[in-house]
Amino acid sequence: MNSHKNSRSNESSSSDDTHCPNKSKTPLIRIKNLYKIFGKDEKKILEQVKAGKSKDEILAETGHTVGLSNINLDVYPGEIFVIMGLSGSGKSTLIRHFNRLIEPTAGEIEVAGSDVMQLSSKDLQDFRRNKMSMVFQRFGLMPHRTVLENIGYGLQVQGVKKAEIKQKATQWLETVGLDGYANQYPGQLSGGQQQRVGLARALCTDADILLMDEAFSALDPLIRSEMQDQLIELQEKLHKTIVFITHDLDEALRLGDRIAILRDGVLVQQGTPVDILLNPVDDYVEAFVKDVNRARALTVETVMQPQICRISAETIGEAVLQMRKSKEDFGYVVNKDGYQGVITQDTLDNVETSDYSNVLDASLLEDVPAVQSDALIETVIPEMLDNILPLPVLNEDGEVEGNLCRSTLADVLSDQPSSEEDKKSTYA
Amino acid sequence: MSDSSWLSEIPQLDRHQLLDIRKTLDGAYRSFSREYGDNIEAFFDPLLTFLIWFEKLLLGSPWWLVVAVLAVFAYAASRSWKLTVGVAVAFFLIGFFGMWDNTMRTMSIILVSTLLAILIGIPIGIAMSRSDRVQSTVTPVLDIMQTMPAFVYLIPVVMLLGIGKIPGVIAVIIYAVPPVIRLTNLGIRLVDKEVLEAATAYGASPTQRLFGVQLPLAMPNIMAGINQTIMMALAMVVIASMIGVKGLGQPVLKSITNQYFTLGLMNGLAIVALAIIFDRISQSYAKRTLQNLGGH
Ligand SMILES: Nc1ncnc2c1ncn2[C@@H]1O[C@H](COP(=O)(O)OP(=O)(O)OP(=O)(O)O)[C@@H](O)[C@H]1O
Ligand SMILES: [Mg+2]
Repeated sequence: MNSHKNSRSNESSSSDDTHCPNKSKTPLIRIKNLYKIFGKDEKKILEQVKAGKSKDEILAETGHTVGLSNINLDVYPGEIFVIMGLSGSGKSTLIRHFNRLIEPTAGEIEVAGSDVMQLSSKDLQDFRRNKMSMVFQRFGLMPHRTVLENIGYGLQVQGVKKAEIKQKATQWLETVGLDGYANQYPGQLSGGQQQRVGLARALCTDADILLMDEAFSALDPLIRSEMQDQLIELQEKLHKTIVFITHDLDEALRLGDRIAILRDGVLVQQGTPVDILLNPVDDYVEAFVKDVNRARALTVETVMQPQICRISAETIGEAVLQMRKSKEDFGYVVNKDGYQGVITQDTLDNVETSDYSNVLDASLLEDVPAVQSDALIETVIPEMLDNILPLPVLNEDGEVEGNLCRSTLADVLSDQPSSEEDKKSTYA
Repeated sequence: MSDSSWLSEIPQLDRHQLLDIRKTLDGAYRSFSREYGDNIEAFFDPLLTFLIWFEKLLLGSPWWLVVAVLAVFAYAASRSWKLTVGVAVAFFLIGFFGMWDNTMRTMSIILVSTLLAILIGIPIGIAMSRSDRVQSTVTPVLDIMQTMPAFVYLIPVVMLLGIGKIPGVIAVIIYAVPPVIRLTNLGIRLVDKEVLEAATAYGASPTQRLFGVQLPLAMPNIMAGINQTIMMALAMVVIASMIGVKGLGQPVLKSITNQYFTLGLMNGLAIVALAIIFDRISQSYAKRTLQNLGGH
């Protein structure tokens, strides 16, 4: 699991402006100004929504439900895009617009460059067959078809030959670990097994985009994390574009490259997991992230201090000069073999000026252990406690990237988001 | 008399006016049946041929073959030996008490009517399930069909087609078709929304959705409808005998008018036996379709 998480966090933190890692690519799914109102007089109510009336007001006055209001989002190829929100916030409604299971009241839906709203019913059918597949909250398996027939359903609809369907379906059946269940009926399987059938069915059509509506919510915690692992593992191999709905932040943080948070049909925040965690945009989002175990959700590099003093001197004299240039009273000594240890101002002060031409050797250095930038904070806490000096943070190539000190850590792990982040609030 | 008599007596058309109304309507109907009667009869000719052929087939086959075929059919539908043996014994007894021919006639009428009711009812039920407009127009018609006394709609049928098998079958169908229609509609509407959504999401065409998902999942309900239809067809057989449909109903009718107690009782029992058999077979088949759905 770690390797996946890590490779991702590297990407995300490299861009400072908290935006998506794939900024250069063109989006695969693009939603623009999307509105959905449930009720008889959609169009009339739309004007009121645009005029700024709230969901509750409209429901009380007209009996119409505002499902979605002015949604704008882009999903980039190859990412796992998580949509979060409380029950009734419009997650299912939103994801059902992607393949037009629900007709929007207003707005544009563009997938892979083509305008989904303009498709004829025949084209829409082809679009659904080839571009997207979907995993459903309550499985949506067909009770009268065997497990294997369920998995092959997408191909059967496309008119693929029987033998080929069977071969592919069997392959996916094995991938999700259900060998031997081929001829059972869904009713004979446990919830977790049924969900795997749902996943296999979605993967069997080999569509580029995978829509997953609370796919794991019905499962118990153990099977759930097992399924998450399986999804991460599959994603490493297949590089699909996944839109994943959940109301569980831990799941969102674990799976998501980017997260969008919905509230009463409005998109309140969109960003990387770290961004959401450290800069919640309002009280609603903050309430969401409050209970997350940050030590387990954040990696070292997301909280480290990048401004540090690196000492690359051969002799003590050079080291003194380098140290003087920095504000710090300690420095991380590096040479061609990488990080060596910490030298403090105190140590240097005690060296006689006549010895300045001597080689800076190991006897002068403090032995402070380094931590990896992609490690979870949780794993470095013991080392933090053992050392008074801030720990150096090494990147994949063994270079010192920054340091991690106790006060930063305390800030991040304390309940409130750290004080220097002034919160913008769109909701009063 | 006083002018305010409309307070004490209900205002009424006078006899001439009533007579006029009747005359015009009767005249119109008569000229309609004179004009189109032949065409309508010709339209139903293939049905008549089929009915006669089927009846002859049942009557012409040796009794043991018919019993054997029925037993096999019962076993195929229910997978129950008890029911199979029961069917064989019941038919043997019916023959033993001299009611074989009438029973075969009744059976042929019922089977053909049920078959036609299914062929007509399921598509109508499907149409109802697809559109709320169709549903709200068809439902009151079904209500009327089920509440109107059977004798009332026998009248136009008989006037148009005379007395005989075809009007009998038509009357039976009109009486028995509502349950299949209603339960087909209901069954399809009750199909799990998410399952249907899944089919749509994978790009199933409307036809693929209907035959691949909706009908199979509605099958337990449709079977319940068919079962009720068969039962109602049986109930109608006695009434239909009044318009010349031969079978078990006629002796029952005869014993009512002539007070033949035993004749009425035995033929009545034969009808009950048929009812139980058809009911058991179709119900256990319905139960098996439910099991196949991976349900309970
Ligand atoms: N077909 C419908 N008709 C009327 N209102 C609807 C319909 N579908 C959804 N809604 C309304 O839209 C809102 C959003 O519903 P939605 O199912 O998208 O919520 P959700 O975020 O998926 O919730 P959950 O986590 O419980 O699945 C709700 O207020 C709901 O009442
Ligand atoms: Mg939902």
